[in-house]
Amino acid sequence: MSDYIYLFRTTAEARRAAMGTPELAQQSMQRWLAWLRDLEAKGHLKNRGQPLENEGKLVRGKSKVITDGPFAEVKDLVAGFMIVEARDISQAAELAKGCPILEGDGAVEVRPVMTMNF
Amino acid sequence: MQLDEHLFRRESARMVAALTRIFGVHNLSLAEDVVQDAFCRALEVWKVRGVPDNPSAWLMATAKNRALDVIRRERTATTFAPELSRMFESEWTLAPVVDEAFASEIIRDEQLRMMFSCCDPRLKEEVQIALVLNILCGFGAQEVAGAFLAGRAAVEKRIARGKQSLATSRRLFDLTDDDVASRLPVVQRALYLLFNEGYHSATADSVVRTDLCREAIRLTELLTGDPRTGTPSTHALAALLSLHAARLPGRLDGAGDLSALVDQDRSTWDAALIAHGIARLEQSARGSEISVYHLEAAIAAAHVQAPSVDRTDWHTIVELYDRLLALAPSPVVALNRAIAVAQRDGPERGIAELQVITAAERLAEYPFYRAAFGELELRRGRRDDARSHFEAAVHLARNATERRFFEKRLQRCDSE
Repeated sequence: MSDYIYLFRTTAEARRAAMGTPELAQQSMQRWLAWLRDLEAKGHLKNRGQPLENEGKLVRGKSKVITDGPFAEVKDLVAGFMIVEARDISQAAELAKGCPILEGDGAVEVRPVMTMNF
Repeated sequence: MQLDEHLFRRESARMVAALTRIFGVHNLSLAEDVVQDAFCRALEVWKVRGVPDNPSAWLMATAKNRALDVIRRERTATTFAPELSRMFESEWTLAPVVDEAFASEIIRDEQLRMMFSCCDPRLKEEVQIALVLNILCGFGAQEVAGAFLAGRAAVEKRIARGKQSLATSRRLFDLTDDDVASRLPVVQRALYLLFNEGYHSATADSVVRTDLCREAIRLTELLTGDPRTGTPSTHALAALLSLHAARLPGRLDGAGDLSALVDQDRSTWDAALIAHGIARLEQSARGSEISVYHLEAAIAAAHVQAPSVDRTDWHTIVELYDRLLALAPSPVVALNRAIAVAQRDGPERGIAELQVITAAERLAEYPFYRAAFGELELRRGRRDDARSHFEAAVHLARNATERRFFEKRLQRCDSE
């Protein structure tokens, strides 16, 4: 088994839409909890990550310009991360198919955590 | 941990109540933003740390903190609730005032005030109900549209129109006001219509129906709990809604089809709700006021307390319908009265009553009017007449559930 990191990517708009009404919020929450429960039950959930604040800063370029978040205009927002254990990257990608972020306009980036054998 | 089925909807309504007290009703959309923000935070945090032991308290605390942030950030630029704004200037008073707004009895009070504000007689009834569903029940436009079989755009317009009117009112309805007595019937009527929408709703989705009925009952119970609004007629309304809701499980048969009272399995009726309804009906008898809700509740009580259709007290029911007709004449009430007369005196008398209904032309498009004729003709053995009435009812049916109901009746013309 190896570790894979899931980077949840979405847009601010999709995020708002997923929580737009109490009923939608309830559904989003239930889908997330169900998916996590399932991953955990099957022994894939290694680290649930940390919740991220919406606010933040972006430091960019040689001129080191600092801009303030929230990044409402950003098309590709990192909404959070998580670490799973899987046999290989294709299994890790397969497991990501259950992620509720995909119901909106989001994506899960699956990246192997590099193993260092020294 | 499992999430309570309606957690977010329920808490949304409570948080909006507390937040509008703080921000003022003219900042309703700000209150809604804060609620949405609390939901987003809940999602991020609960994913990682699990659902807290007391999710409601967690959401309330989060909304409270966001409210404090908003006030600290914007107190110089924005006018919040005028009666509280001075308290927001100092950190000494800010936190206690915000804290107090989230106390459960204050939230209850604010929900009542909001209910009275939504039921402004200057707003159309459909707007009032859409507002109540949106603000006090936490239904989104899509769900309100689903419940009313209306287009989402139309419902969004209704809600926006209602909110605009709320925002210009600057403050919520004041329950210490003399106007409570004159506004209360409007509120009762909106809740009555909300319930009926669920009970008779044309949508086949029984979940939506039950939700609407449950919300109408919850808000009516909120009214009964306050001395200013818990009048005899409010108790009668609460009785009526409980007694009707008790029969909901029997209204649709196993296949999801409408089931006539005669065919309903009475063991499916909800005994606890019946007991509650009867208790509320007893409480409604204090005082001399007899409202339409008293009479309708008494009729419903006569039905639920009878062991079968044959052993129902039709004499009392006909009398109650007589009084109801005198108080609030309507062809639909007259139709129901005629059916009760038929039960008491036989189909011929029932048909005679159906034929003399005042303003019967208003029933021309109402399929149950023709179906009542069909039923009674069938009962007195005139199958051909019965058949043509049921065919007309099938033709007039407003949705698939009704159509199946009348088609089944039509089939009985040939089998019995």
